[in-house]
Amino acid sequence: MSADHAEHNGNGGAAASAATAAASPGGVAAGSDGLVRQPPKRTITLAHGSGGKAMQDLIRDVFVAGFDNPLLGALEDQARVELAELLQRGDRLAFTTDSYVVDPLFFPGGDIGKLAVSGTVNDLAVGGARPLFLSCGMIMEEGLPIDELQKVVESMRATAQQAGVAIVTGDTKVVHKGAADKLFINTAGIGVIPAGVDIRAERAQPGDVIIVNGFIGDHGAAIVDARGELALQHVIESDCQPLNGLVEAMLETGVDIHCMRDATRGGIATVLNEFASASNTCMRLREEALPLREEVRGMCEILGLDPLYLANEGKLVAVVAAQDADRLLNAMRAHPAGGDAAIIGEVSADPAGTVVLHTAFGGERIIDVLVGEQLPRIC
Amino acid sequence: MKFVDEFRDPQKAKLLIERIGALAEQVLKQRGGPIRLMEFCGGHTHTIFRYGIAGMLPEGIELVHGPGCPVCVLPMGRVDDCVALAERQEVIFTTFGDAMRVPGSRKSLLQAKADGADVRMVYSPMDALALARQNPDREVVFFALGFETTMPSTALTVMQARREGIGNFSLFCNHITTVPTIKAILDSPGMNIDAFLAPGHVSMVIGMEPFRFVAEDYGRPIVITGFEPLDILQSIWMLLKQMAEGRCEVENQYARVVPPKGNAAALKAIAEVYEIREFFEWRGLGSIDHSGVRMREGWAEHDAERKFPIPNLKIADPRSCQCGEVLKGAIKPWECKVFGTQCTPQTPLGALMVSSEGACAAYYNFGGIRQVQEKQQQAAAETGEGTA
Amino acid sequence: MCLGIPGQIVEIRDPATPMALVDVAGVRREVNIACIIDDEHPPESCIGEWVLVHVGFAMSRIDPEEARKTLALLEELGEVQEELAIMRETQELAGQR
Repeated sequence: MSADHAEHNGNGGAAASAATAAASPGGVAAGSDGLVRQPPKRTITLAHGSGGKAMQDLIRDVFVAGFDNPLLGALEDQARVELAELLQRGDRLAFTTDSYVVDPLFFPGGDIGKLAVSGTVNDLAVGGARPLFLSCGMIMEEGLPIDELQKVVESMRATAQQAGVAIVTGDTKVVHKGAADKLFINTAGIGVIPAGVDIRAERAQPGDVIIVNGFIGDHGAAIVDARGELALQHVIESDCQPLNGLVEAMLETGVDIHCMRDATRGGIATVLNEFASASNTCMRLREEALPLREEVRGMCEILGLDPLYLANEGKLVAVVAAQDADRLLNAMRAHPAGGDAAIIGEVSADPAGTVVLHTAFGGERIIDVLVGEQLPRIC
Repeated sequence: MKFVDEFRDPQKAKLLIERIGALAEQVLKQRGGPIRLMEFCGGHTHTIFRYGIAGMLPEGIELVHGPGCPVCVLPMGRVDDCVALAERQEVIFTTFGDAMRVPGSRKSLLQAKADGADVRMVYSPMDALALARQNPDREVVFFALGFETTMPSTALTVMQARREGIGNFSLFCNHITTVPTIKAILDSPGMNIDAFLAPGHVSMVIGMEPFRFVAEDYGRPIVITGFEPLDILQSIWMLLKQMAEGRCEVENQYARVVPPKGNAAALKAIAEVYEIREFFEWRGLGSIDHSGVRMREGWAEHDAERKFPIPNLKIADPRSCQCGEVLKGAIKPWECKVFGTQCTPQTPLGALMVSSEGACAAYYNFGGIRQVQEKQQQAAAETGEGTA
Repeated sequence: MCLGIPGQIVEIRDPATPMALVDVAGVRREVNIACIIDDEHPPESCIGEWVLVHVGFAMSRIDPEEARKTLALLEELGEVQEELAIMRETQELAGQR
């Protein structure tokens, strides 16, 4: 297993010497010995993107040491993956990419690094793929403190370890002050889909049930909270987490999962609209069944936001046949990422292509795709 | 009691719906034709759509969504003035979130921000004052808009600025008043509203008395209404009861929040800072006498209109837009010529599509999708015929 | 218009400005309480009270007695409803006899 190999066997050439400097959590703390060998300035400068020694040192001491695996440690221009190993795991390759920009870089419950690994792992996992390898492209704004960068890298390492994936290739660029906001990360990911797994948005059928793995809106609310513009007290944590372990547990039940996506930007409302239009069915939600934290609800009341459209970074929405629901729910609830899993609605035939919310009050309304960004209301 | 969930109880809603049904039957028999109730306030419109209340009501009751969304009724010329202020080098322009998307003739504040203007979203005018405190070398302008509910907050903020001697803080005052606007609707030709749900949060500031003329001079029942779904249903029931019993009064359904006389401290703050304008321009309704306020001369140093040059150009509403008719209840949102075609939430032409509180946007977002699709098919068929 | 939500005052931050901390379903924020205090209701008397918050200002004290009255009225509607139903049923029964 190459991924496991990558995790546990970090004694390849280039990686080994620097690993002691920065890879361990203790090594990244401000003022520790590991940083002394870094360029004397403790911020990112244009020199770090020049292709010269500063850049090589940064790559070796921060990234190679941080991500610590032999495929990256080989320091070739590309990671080389044994096809035979992949073929043992399934019959299709899953390949995805996503870019991560978030302000602030560090927020309650996570940071941009955890987000960049979880997000791409989740995009693979919700297709039924077993995520294996990630790339990491970083665009850094001149002046970014190196200890912040190291914290992000450490967070990526820890999250990749948790998800059992290896970050095997990467790139760094530095741009002038003001040309980017501190740090942008792109990760691409490769996974393998086991034979027989067929998860597609168009497979939702009338009679199916809709399942979510826990509380909705936590990430969106945490970011609004953490930005501090609205002067609220920080109480909400992002749900940012890799979901591939949960998906694996779901697949192990043998249940035929019809549709599954992670509900990131645009929230569960957006994912359900995608299912509804792809499968030409109606997604019917029951408001009282939606798992919503009291404080997220409180924030939504204060600011006039709708939690159905708030972003999540550790939530998936699945559609399965009704008779399979209990079996799947039991498996999900047994997993740490699915403890609060719940059935939130059903699929019906009409009105095709729409999402309908049955309000707890007894009425109905259509949940459409959001136009633009949700803005706090006064009225 | 938390004053929220108790007023969202579906069991009580069912009871109320039954009672409303029985009363509606009685009233409809008495008078024939549908009963048209206007909720003036955009907050009520939001509750009605969010909880699907219109679909729960018996046939024969029509809800007409009034102009009480201060963001929606902001005329284009005023948005242009905001953009002009925001584009000044020294200015940090602060605003409530939902005002950022309102289109001006050139651009919205959101677009101005994208083009480099320093526009910042705040939750409270006090947050804008804090920015002024933190940025003594910049001019912080707060976009003061809203009805009487919001006026005390901006008045108290500017009073605080004076107390602290924060000279770089000013208001761009676009506050509007409720009563002249309801009067304008009542006076408009073809007005066919039978009774009103009065805005609960305006009333907590100004009290019940200012709404008496609706019942006494115009013979329309009016109930001051809260914002939870049971509040709305109960108020509809109270209006029908008045109609069935031949009464015509101001009643207060929202007594838990609205004191009959309003809020003396809030009214005092409003009177200290603001005075009535001769008229104010509304998107969709045109000019309405005495329907806005400006800052008194004594507050000139905190008045953006006096401190900075303001273009102050009048920009006419798009001609194809029928917001005025929708606001008066003459047509339904989807009956407008441009609803869902030229006028959508992405590209709003008229007032009512601008904010999610607006009746047209609410229909579009919260359930008008079928009407929208029919409309688009119809439009496609028409252009097809045209070219054939 | 005018989004306003109930929150509970949990702490007085500055009696002079006057600012207080309000809790809405676990989310807390400072709000101005100038509109709800007077000689009869000094700031410190507000702790524990429910207020209606709009754009960072407490605009009205929520009266729990009035809230209870409103809800009680709705309960009564239900009881009347039941009575009516019973009356109808007994009438029908009487008619059948």
